[in-house]
Amino acid sequence: MFAEFGYGVLLVSFIVTVYSGIAAVYGAMNKSASLVESARRAQLLTFPLITISALALIYLLVNNHFEVAFVYEVTSRSMPTYLKVTAWWGGQAGSLVFWSWLLAVFTSAVTLRKWDRDIEFLPWVIVVSSITLAFFLGMVVFYENPFTRFWLSNGNVVPGMFPPSAAATIFTPQDGQGLNPLLRHPGMIIHPPMLYLGFVSYVIPYAFAMAALITGRTDDRWTRITRRWSLWAWLFLSFGLVLGGRWAYDVLGWGGYWGWDPVEIAAFMPWLTGTAFLHSVMIQEKRGMLKHWNMILIILTYALVIFGTFLTRSGVLSSVHAFANSPIGPFFMGFVSLSLIASVALLIKRWPELRSETEMKSMLSREALFLLNNLLFMSILVVCFWGVIFPLISELFTGQKVTVGPPFYERATGPLFAGLLFLMAIAPLSAWGHSTVKTLGRALWKSFAAASIVTVVLIATYTQNVYAVIGFFLIALVLFATLHEFWRGARARQKAQGENFFSALANLMGRNRRRYGGYIIHISMALMAIGILGIEIFQKETQGTLSSGEELNIAGYTVQYRELASWDDRGAGVNYTRAIVDVYENGIYLGQLTPRIDYYFDSQQNMTIPGQRSTFKDDLYILLVDWQPVSTIGATFKIYVNPLVNWLWIGSILFLFGVIFAAWPENDPADEPARRKVTRDNRQASAAD
Amino acid sequence: MKFNKFILGGMLILAAVIYLIASSTQASAEYFMTVDELKEDGANAYGKSLRLSGAVIGNTIQYDPQTLTLTFEIAHVTGDNKEIEAMGGLAEALYQAVNDPSRQRVTIVYVGPKPDLLRNEAQAIVTGKLDENGVFQAEELLLKCPTRYEEAVPEQASEN
Repeated sequence: MFAEFGYGVLLVSFIVTVYSGIAAVYGAMNKSASLVESARRAQLLTFPLITISALALIYLLVNNHFEVAFVYEVTSRSMPTYLKVTAWWGGQAGSLVFWSWLLAVFTSAVTLRKWDRDIEFLPWVIVVSSITLAFFLGMVVFYENPFTRFWLSNGNVVPGMFPPSAAATIFTPQDGQGLNPLLRHPGMIIHPPMLYLGFVSYVIPYAFAMAALITGRTDDRWTRITRRWSLWAWLFLSFGLVLGGRWAYDVLGWGGYWGWDPVEIAAFMPWLTGTAFLHSVMIQEKRGMLKHWNMILIILTYALVIFGTFLTRSGVLSSVHAFANSPIGPFFMGFVSLSLIASVALLIKRWPELRSETEMKSMLSREALFLLNNLLFMSILVVCFWGVIFPLISELFTGQKVTVGPPFYERATGPLFAGLLFLMAIAPLSAWGHSTVKTLGRALWKSFAAASIVTVVLIATYTQNVYAVIGFFLIALVLFATLHEFWRGARARQKAQGENFFSALANLMGRNRRRYGGYIIHISMALMAIGILGIEIFQKETQGTLSSGEELNIAGYTVQYRELASWDDRGAGVNYTRAIVDVYENGIYLGQLTPRIDYYFDSQQNMTIPGQRSTFKDDLYILLVDWQPVSTIGATFKIYVNPLVNWLWIGSILFLFGVIFAAWPENDPADEPARRKVTRDNRQASAAD
Repeated sequence: MKFNKFILGGMLILAAVIYLIASSTQASAEYFMTVDELKEDGANAYGKSLRLSGAVIGNTIQYDPQTLTLTFEIAHVTGDNKEIEAMGGLAEALYQAVNDPSRQRVTIVYVGPKPDLLRNEAQAIVTGKLDENGVFQAEELLLKCPTRYEEAVPEQASEN
């Protein structure tokens, strides 16, 4: 009953969405405000409709309705209720519903905003979001229906929404397959929603960009309206990526957090264009330049978001060829191509109107450095894209399928990331319009000297590895230069306003949230880079089989095997095997760690949970690899020491803070006249010098 | 004049990126091969960086926890998706590969922890090199256990 109901509501919401899009187009063409209003209401209606349908799905999931194929695939009786709820996005059909629901939430929120000053955008924003929503709902309604049930027909079990024959009866399996145990981790429960939030939020700035192109209102109104949107979108996307990394580190048991897997790259690519967009949109606002470029970036981001959604959820993905395997693959590729063609056609039509208001003069001006930053992000994107499609290209031209692995990405993106770090240090110090080596040098030399000293100390005490040295130098430069900016700004304000240093700093940051939020993000990126360098360059590993009392030594740590226990938890459907080891560092006892292996009966799969000891210096990461079931005397361990990796997670928490700081609502800056901001900013920059 | 400066800068970056991509591709290219293609290649295959895929044969899996040495055989599975599709999906193709004794097989040796997903009829994608004895020395081991919609149809026997 709930299945038919859920499906019916889904179908209705699809029809309403299609209506909303068509009504908005007609309304805009015929200047009919009432038709546009009708479209807007239809748009608003999609949210409660999809919510109801989603609730029906959740009801089925929570109440073990295994006659529904999706429920059978992603839940089992032994799963706790909260996991059954989150199983909503544990499979393709459900996650498409989830995607649609998020999009309905966002478009409803957008259509409820005050439109008086931008009323001409409204119908087109509705059109773009309706088309996107209709596409996803269409996928769900016609191809990936989460309400499909099992039917017993002529002795066969067949899946279908409706009975395949008159005599068919519903078939209910006793228990479901259960969610893949790897996905039953807290990180994996919030990682997909975060990533999806990021993906879906980017639809909104794209919709406004298209509205600007269609209406010909090509000033920077659209970027101002969507600025905060794109910041939140970026936050969610970034955090989704970090959570995915943390999940891999905690659960996948290979001592790493990022493997340059095509699925990861699919989520990373929109992040690259989104980050570039975040920077270049500032140039448009302050200098009236790069308008074409911003359009291209938001179009690309949208296309990559759709592409990424598909790639991350298409199941088997061992190579790019895999997406031909999914029945919805061609539709996704078609939709991405069509939206790309339509967007680019619009952009070409409006090309002359998007001309820059200012000319770029100096190579070291802030806008030139921002442009360089954009080029570096795009280069990384090209590297990633090349890596993903290379097997196709090589097969096309040589007939041989050749693939590139992580070393390719590391080697090709390494110098580009280094370039970004360098820009992160110098760009905030350069002035808009015109900068020279001299002015830049004057602003930078102290930080440069400090970073050089740190580097010399590091060479003497820690590492002589050339890549690490370059990396640490750049990181130190970013940290010093950025902290120096805080210092200079606060000092200048302290003098001007007669405040004490800390309230001067607080006021300075509070009044320039975007700038100082950005600096906090830069610092967090530098901290994350420390962690990445640490694990990439200095990771150590050892392995061995120990009997009780024996030990393994690695990087000053001694790991001594104590005992092992194995027991069943029938209720949870899991067998736990846990080893206890004592950990010493340079002979000093630090405590016990308990690496374990969880075996899930329903999916017949192991999950290896490392025993971790995390400090600022390094992580000790112990995996229980194998044990002898008969005697429980011997156990095999693989041990990693991951230096500095904790800074990756510390940096990401600071990052979260920085973005929220920057995106926090102040009195609506969208209402401020554009160019006054420039002068105010210039004054502040010169005051800070 | 000023314009040229930026064009020149752009060209330099472009050249650098092309160089980075081209050289990195060359340095880390791995040849994707099926078991049949590997056998056909014969002695040519020795020492090349390869990425080999095939179906894991469950009863050949051996693991020595003392040395962390994992040994197993994989059987040929076609690399052509259309063929796989025609067979009824990847899971079916893997099943056929494992249960067809006439299929070519290769022995894989891997040193490291035994992956949780290694089991009969899993798809193994191994990266490494073939040694002179015809044994594939894997450096990296990736496993996929396809759970596809079609197979999600439960066994009827589970009905009460």
